[in-house]
Amino acid sequence: MIYFDNSATTKPYPEVIESFAKVAGEYFGNPSSLHGLGASAERLLQKARKQIADLLHTTPSEIVFTSGGTEGNNLAIKGAVHAAAKNGNHIITTEMEHASVLETCRSLEQEGFEVTYLPVTKDGSIVLSDLIHAIREDTILVSIMHVNNEIGSIQPIEEIGRYLADFPKIMFHVDHVQGIGKVPLDFNKCHIDLCTMSGHKFHGLKGTGILYVRSHVKLSPLFTGGNQESKFRSGTENVAGIVAMAKALRMTLNKQNQASDVAEIRDYLMSELKKIEGVKINSPESGAPHIVNFSIPGIKSEVFIHALEESGIFASTTSACSSKNKAISETVLAMFHDLSRAESVIRISTSYENNLEEAKAVIQAVIEKMAKLQKVMR
Amino acid sequence: MEFDHIIIRYGELSTKKRNRKSFVDKMKSHIRWAIKDLKHAKVTSSRDRMYVLLNGEDHLEVIQRIKGVYGIQSLSPALKIGRDIEEVKTAALYYFEQLSKRPETFKITTRRSDKDYPYDTNEMNHLIGGHLLINNDGHLKVDVKNPDFNLRIEIRREAVYLTGEIIEGAGGLPFGSSGKAMLMLSGGIDSPVAGFLSMKRGLEVECIHFYSPPFTSERSKQKVIDLAHKLAEVNGTIKLHIVPFTDIQVLIQKQIPENYTMTSTRRLMLRIADAIREKNEGMAIITGESLGQVASQTLESMFAINEVTNTPILRPLITVDKTEIIAMAREMETLEISNQPFEDCCTVFTPASPKTKPRREKVNYYEGFVDFEPMIEKAVQDTETLRISGEKQDNVDETIEDLF
Ligand SMILES: Cc1ncc(COP(=O)(O)O)c(C=O)c1O
Repeated sequence: MIYFDNSATTKPYPEVIESFAKVAGEYFGNPSSLHGLGASAERLLQKARKQIADLLHTTPSEIVFTSGGTEGNNLAIKGAVHAAAKNGNHIITTEMEHASVLETCRSLEQEGFEVTYLPVTKDGSIVLSDLIHAIREDTILVSIMHVNNEIGSIQPIEEIGRYLADFPKIMFHVDHVQGIGKVPLDFNKCHIDLCTMSGHKFHGLKGTGILYVRSHVKLSPLFTGGNQESKFRSGTENVAGIVAMAKALRMTLNKQNQASDVAEIRDYLMSELKKIEGVKINSPESGAPHIVNFSIPGIKSEVFIHALEESGIFASTTSACSSKNKAISETVLAMFHDLSRAESVIRISTSYENNLEEAKAVIQAVIEKMAKLQKVMR
Repeated sequence: MEFDHIIIRYGELSTKKRNRKSFVDKMKSHIRWAIKDLKHAKVTSSRDRMYVLLNGEDHLEVIQRIKGVYGIQSLSPALKIGRDIEEVKTAALYYFEQLSKRPETFKITTRRSDKDYPYDTNEMNHLIGGHLLINNDGHLKVDVKNPDFNLRIEIRREAVYLTGEIIEGAGGLPFGSSGKAMLMLSGGIDSPVAGFLSMKRGLEVECIHFYSPPFTSERSKQKVIDLAHKLAEVNGTIKLHIVPFTDIQVLIQKQIPENYTMTSTRRLMLRIADAIREKNEGMAIITGESLGQVASQTLESMFAINEVTNTPILRPLITVDKTEIIAMAREMETLEISNQPFEDCCTVFTPASPKTKPRREKVNYYEGFVDFEPMIEKAVQDTETLRISGEKQDNVDETIEDLF
């Protein structure tokens, strides 16, 4: 099996599953309980928070545990604008955000907030001057993803953050779900107020996530109840999942630091795909090191995904969540305004677990399957 | 381009001529401690300054770490570059872009110790100033009298140096330069802050905690250990004396009328703390008291409690308001730990209506029926002393280490 769908989700590290099983089985106390079992669960929670804060160069009180990227984005966006509604009601985001940002913004429009969706260039990136022009007196939130989940383009977060630093009323949220562990991001230097990450994208478990909330930032919670997580997120903490996520983050960042093969694999895939006639590359040259997105106009995404699967290769069409109900990639359409390109999108996404041999096998398979399918489709 | 070194200025040290060398050495060792895992960075000193040579380490990380070292007045990152004028221009712009806050006005101050350099100071100021203006179209003005940012260029024979951003340090005196005192550490918000302020004034601090199981839980003890751990981050290690206090507390409940139990408890804690101080050669006792905050902290209470010793009692927070103390605790990252809701021995036994105006003769009268002395001796003897490390990675819990 060649698993090349790491942007949809990653395979948890065995060590991570071990930690999860041990904590879930042996440290099952509720961290809020007063007895020793509660204390040891709480100790684990604190240690996980501390480790994650150190790895992200923040302080423990700025780390809020969530159930994943979707919740993190919802909490950051809804929480920030509801808390700041007296300051204004304008939100800025981009056309190419993940559904958990776009749909959240759309639901806020229903509530009466106004949203500007910034356009993207052919490189899959916004232009700073568009953002500058979009800012209004009543803007209270800018939400822009770091690495795009479909094509891997990287937004100029540092430039944006530096610019926004002069507007203390505007909160800056970054969806870092695809970037963490792949493309470094300095929260302080980029003046980020809120930053979403998700455990299952870096070999942790599903149902775990991190929202970075800079100190003094106000959020109104989505869940009210027992006031866990500094009141930002009530509910008994998923201690086992959180400990497992702390380990996954440490292991992933370690691998990131040991100059790895991912970039090499991507370079190889990009240059080989370019040589194949009929393939159009959608990912920008300067994109994230783990995502290669391309189209084979004429062959529908879904057909090609199944063809690859016959050879034991797992890739995906567009982002995992939208690929089930929509046949075209909105992102690719927004970038190139080309329908046949948008409905034949294939995304390959790698991780530190992949190697060059696998990439070679994939190129081989692409060439073979294309030849076969093109015969049939014509 | 990368920053080459960080300039460190010390404040009040300069006035303390006699002990200066030992102060500087202490500070140097603390700076080394703060950055010890940044292997390439080196610390050196000249007559009135210290330098961290970065050798490739990230300057922001280094500044973040040493900003909190007591005794440092201010810090400035500096660039070292070649003498080519284009290189100086690029470096000036780089320095400008790295500033933590974008200035509205600036000026350039050039010093030339190399008089053969092709441009004189005026020409340099114009050339470099002009370059910054062109690259910040319209958002920047020159102000030679009161600029937000003064870029200093120093031209030497071997290289050109650029500096100018001034980052405030923690101030105070180097840790340990003022002698040793014992901190009564309760687990509340105030006492750790009192500890930090004392260390900032150069005191070496050892902590004393009163532990009364089963009235207080293992967790409240752990909380104090965690607080001590934070305090230890200042210079690497701290001693924590844990006094078994249950027996005395039970006796107080039995012997002393309810509205005086709090006063008596405090007096006995102070007597024990004083004995531990003597054993460890400290010269003062520090508390987190703040005037009028609770019943035990009225002037009358302090008068009644303080009777048991004439050792100096330092109360760094005596005039500070609670909201300010909370802000300081947040800054020092102890608030979160203190805020965990576990009982300490003071809260469990607090009577419903403690005397806010206890009287010395009364408390002496009540205490006169029991001989506490042997119990005090035993408590001191059975005191457990922990050496708490300030290492960021706490490896106290080896059993859970491999879960992470
Ligand atoms: C950029 C981006 N944001 C958010 C999410 C949602 O994360 P989760 O699946 O953890 O809810 C994803 C995952 O598909 C993503 O790629």
